[in-house]
Amino acid sequence: MPAPIRLRELIRTIRTARTQAEEREMIQKECAAIRSSFREEDNTYRCRNVAKLLYMHMLGYPAHFGQLECLKLIASQKFTDKRIGYLGAMLLLDERQDVHLLMTNCIKNDLNHSTQYVQGLALCTLGCMGSSEMCRDLAGEVEKLLKTSNSYLRKKAALCAVHVIRKVPELMEMFLPATKNLLNEKNHGVLHTSVVLLTEMCERSPDMLAHFRKVSLVPQLVRILKNLIMSGYSPEHDVSGISDPFLQVRILRLLRILGRNDDDSSEAMNDILAQVATNTETSKNVGNAILYETVLTIMDIKSESGLRVLAINILGRFLLNNDKNIRYVALTSLLKTVQTDHNAVQRHRSTIVDCLKDLDVSIKRRAMELSFALVNGNNVRGMMKELLYFLDSCEPEFKADCASGIFLAAEKYAPSKRWHIDTIMRVLTTAGSYVRDDAVPNLIQLITNSVEMHAYTVQRLYKAILGDYSQQPLVQVASWCIGEYGDLLVSGQCEEEEPIQVTEDEVLDILESILISNMSASVTRGYALTAIMKLSTRFTCTVNRIKKVVSIYGSSIDVELQQRAVEYNALFKKYDHMRPALLERMPVMEKVTTNGPTEIVQTNGETEPAVLETKPPPSGLQPGSQANDLLDLLGGSDITPVIPTVPTSKPASAGGELLDLLGDLNLTGSPVPAPAPQISQPPFLLDGLPSQPLFNDIAAGIPSITAYNKNGLKIDFTFERSNTNPSVTVITIQASNSTELDMTDFVFQAAVPKTFQLQLLSPSSSVIPAFNSGTITQVIKVLNPQKQQLRMRIKLTYNHKGSAMQDLAEVNNFPPQSWQ
Amino acid sequence: GRRFLISEIHFILLFSRQGKLRLQKWYTTLPDKEKKKIVREIVQIILARHQKTSSFVDWKDLKLVYKRYASLYFCCAIEDQDNELLTLEVVHRYVELLDRYFGNVCELDIIFNFEKAYFILDEFIIGGEVQDTSKRSAVKAIEDSDMLQETVEEYMNKPAF
Repeated sequence: MPAPIRLRELIRTIRTARTQAEEREMIQKECAAIRSSFREEDNTYRCRNVAKLLYMHMLGYPAHFGQLECLKLIASQKFTDKRIGYLGAMLLLDERQDVHLLMTNCIKNDLNHSTQYVQGLALCTLGCMGSSEMCRDLAGEVEKLLKTSNSYLRKKAALCAVHVIRKVPELMEMFLPATKNLLNEKNHGVLHTSVVLLTEMCERSPDMLAHFRKVSLVPQLVRILKNLIMSGYSPEHDVSGISDPFLQVRILRLLRILGRNDDDSSEAMNDILAQVATNTETSKNVGNAILYETVLTIMDIKSESGLRVLAINILGRFLLNNDKNIRYVALTSLLKTVQTDHNAVQRHRSTIVDCLKDLDVSIKRRAMELSFALVNGNNVRGMMKELLYFLDSCEPEFKADCASGIFLAAEKYAPSKRWHIDTIMRVLTTAGSYVRDDAVPNLIQLITNSVEMHAYTVQRLYKAILGDYSQQPLVQVASWCIGEYGDLLVSGQCEEEEPIQVTEDEVLDILESILISNMSASVTRGYALTAIMKLSTRFTCTVNRIKKVVSIYGSSIDVELQQRAVEYNALFKKYDHMRPALLERMPVMEKVTTNGPTEIVQTNGETEPAVLETKPPPSGLQPGSQANDLLDLLGGSDITPVIPTVPTSKPASAGGELLDLLGDLNLTGSPVPAPAPQISQPPFLLDGLPSQPLFNDIAAGIPSITAYNKNGLKIDFTFERSNTNPSVTVITIQASNSTELDMTDFVFQAAVPKTFQLQLLSPSSSVIPAFNSGTITQVIKVLNPQKQQLRMRIKLTYNHKGSAMQDLAEVNNFPPQSWQ
Repeated sequence: GRRFLISEIHFILLFSRQGKLRLQKWYTTLPDKEKKKIVREIVQIILARHQKTSSFVDWKDLKLVYKRYASLYFCCAIEDQDNELLTLEVVHRYVELLDRYFGNVCELDIIFNFEKAYFILDEFIIGGEVQDTSKRSAVKAIEDSDMLQETVEEYMNKPAF
C-alpha cells in the first residue's frame, strides 16, 4: 500500500482541476483512499489524512467520517497529531455531534500536560467550542489554570473561563477568587483577557458588579489605563504610536459598565476619560477606535455635562472625517444619543444632512434616521426640503421608511395646513407607490380635517393623477378626495392657486379609467367606484352617466366591486330619497390616538388590570384574548371571535372602504383593538351621549328578571331603554348573597352573540356581603341594532368559604320589551 | 445595556475575489448547512460592495466588518453594538501576524498552509475574544510549537498512544 499523498500535494492536484466535476472526481477518489486508510487503523498516516480531509471540508465536501479519527489524534502522544487533531475537533466536532463529549477526557488530561503548548491546545479548544456538559466537567481545571503563574496559560484560561460562564452561567461564582490578582499581572495578554473576564462577570451579574465596585476595581483600571497612556513606546504593543489600543478599549468598556448608573464610579473615571478624549491621536483609525469607545463610555455613565458635550463634539468631528468608517460610527452613535442630548446633536445637523448624499447605503440610512430625529418646529421647512430631495433620489429600499418619516414629521411640525398638504402631495407624487398602506387612511383623515384646503387639495390631486394613475396610494387618496370634493373641483374656485377648469365628464373620465386600468389594485377600484357614486349627489349634469357606470359593475367579476355596485344600484332604484343623506360630506373626524378609540369592550370593565392578568392570554394581546375567552363561552357558529389588531392601525372611521353605506360605521367587520378599559371615555358608538346614563324611564314598563340563582348567589337584571338610541338597552345587574359567608373577588363577565355589542362598566365592588346585607351593582350596555332576541352567557367567578368558585350560565329569559 | 453575548466575534471568514473560501472560524454552533448558506450569502454581499463604501455592513442582527488585503477578503461578524473600528484593528493585527510568520504573506501561503493560518488565528483569538495583544508572542508560540512537531524519524519511533 503506497503512502497516502501529502497534504500540499493534494492541494496542488485539486487546484489543477478545470471544472467542478473534475474536482469532485479527484475529491471522491482521495476520500475513498482516506476511508480505507482509516479502516486499517493506520497510526502513521492518520494525521496526514485528517489534514487532507480538513482541506476538502473547507472546499465544501462532507468530512464527518473523520470525526472519530480526530479523537484518536487528540489522544495520541505525538504533538503533531494533537495539533491536527484539535484543529479537526474544532472544525468537525462541535457540540451538536454525538461524539463531542468523547473529547472530554483527552482535554482533561491535556490540560494537565507537562508541555504548555499542549495545555494551550486544550484550553483553546475548550474555550472555542466546549459544550455545556464539557464546561461543567472541566471548569475546575480551568479555574486551577487561572491561578497559574505561567502567563501563557493564564491568559488562555481566562478566556476559557469566559466561555464556561457563557455556557453555564451558574459557574460564575467559582471563578471569583481567582480574579483577585489577575490585574496585578504585567503581561498584557493576561491583563487583556482578565478585563474581558471581569467584563463578562459584571455584565451578567448585578451582584458581581456591586462586588467589583466595592473592591475598588475602578481606581485600579484607571491606574492601568493611565500607565498605558503615559508609558513610553513599547514596540511589542504599539500600533501607530498608541500603546496597546486593544487593552485600552477593553478597559474603557469595562469602565462603562462599572460607571453606568453609579455616581461614585462615574466620578472616579471622569478625569481619565477627559484625558483620553483630548489626548488621543486622531490621524489613524486606531486612535479613533479608542476615541469612539471613550465617547460610548462617556455617554453611558453618569458623566458631567461638560464631558458629554466633549463627547458629542468628538462625534461631530468624526462626521467631518474623510474616512467613511469614521463617519459611519459617528452617525450610529449620534443616533443613540439624539434623544438624551438633543441640543448638542442639533448643532451638527447640517453635517448630518450632508451625509444623506453619501454613496454608502449604511451611512445614508443612519443619516436619514438621524435627520428625522432632529426635525423640530424651528427647522422643519429646511429639513423637509432636504428629506424630500432625498426621497426623490434615494434607493428604493429607503423610500417607504422615508415617506413614513416625512408624514410623521409633517404631522407633528407642519407650519401651516397649506404646507402640510403640499408636503403630502410631494411625497405621494414622488414616491407614491412606496407609501405604506396604512398611510392612506391617515392622509384622508388629515385632508378631511383641513377644511379650508379642500378645493386646493382636490385640485392638486386631480392634476397629479391626470398623467399617471399607476401609483396606488396616490390614486386611492385622489379618488377619495375627488369623490368627496368633486363639486369644488368643477366649480372653478380655488383660493390657494389658479383654479383649473374641468368638467364633470372629465372627472368621471379619469375615475372610469382607474376602474378599467390593469394597473389598479382591487382596493383602488373600490375607491374609484365609491367616488363615482358619491359624485351622484355632487354633480348635476352627469347623474345618468354615473347610474350607467354603477349598473355595469353590478356584474363585475370582482366580488367586492360587484357588491358595491349592486348596493349603489339599489340606492338609486329603491332608496333614492336616502341617497343625498347617505352620501353627504364626511364630518371632521375625531383625531384618533395610537391606542385606538375605546370601542365596545367585552370585559368586565375593571380599571385594574389585575383581573385581566388572572386569565392567561392565549395571544400576546391581553384585552383581545379576554374577548376570545368570553366568546368561547357562547360557542356555536354564529359567534366569531374578535381578532385583536395592533393598536396603531388605521383609525376605524377613516378610509373609503370603511364607508359602509348600509350600516353604522362601527359595525363593519373591521376589528378594533380593545385597550385596557377606560371608563372615563365614552365609547365611540355611543358618542354624542353623555357618559352619565341619561336614559329616560321609558323603562317604566320593562319587568326585571332573575338571571341567575344558585348556591346562594342571586343576580337580578333591571332594564332601561334609551330615548335617543333605540338600539341600546341598559341592564343593571344586582348580585346578592344569601349564604352566611361573604363572597369575595367577585367577577361578572358576559358575552353576547356577534350581532350585538356589549359594554361592561365598573362594578360597585368585588365583595358580596353575606346574609343579603348588601349587593354589587354593575351596568351593562347592550347594542342591538338588528333588534334580535337578546341572549347572553355569563361567567361568574368568586371566592367563597375558602375555595374558588366558578360558574357559567345562559340567560334566555329577557323580556321582549328589553330588545324589541 | 447590551444583551448577553454569544461571543464578541461570531465568525471569521477569509475568501478570495472569486468567492473561494480560504478559512472559516466559527465561534457559535450552527449546522453545517446553515454555515454554508451564511457563507454564500455573505460572500455575495461583500463582493458586491462598491469601492467607496464603508467597511461595515448591517447583516441580520450582526455587523460585518471586512477589509480586502491584496486578493483576500477578511470578514468578521460582530455584535451590533461592538466597536467596529477596533475590529478593523483586530483584522489588521491578524494579517500582521500572518505576515510575520510567513514573511510577506500572500494568498497562496494561506491556501497551501491553511492549518498554520488556523494555528496562528487560534493563538490570537479564543472564543471570539482577543487573547494576546503583543505582535510577537503569538508568532513565537507558533514557531515554538512548530519546533515541537516531531521529525519524520521521531514520529515513526514514538508510540502512538
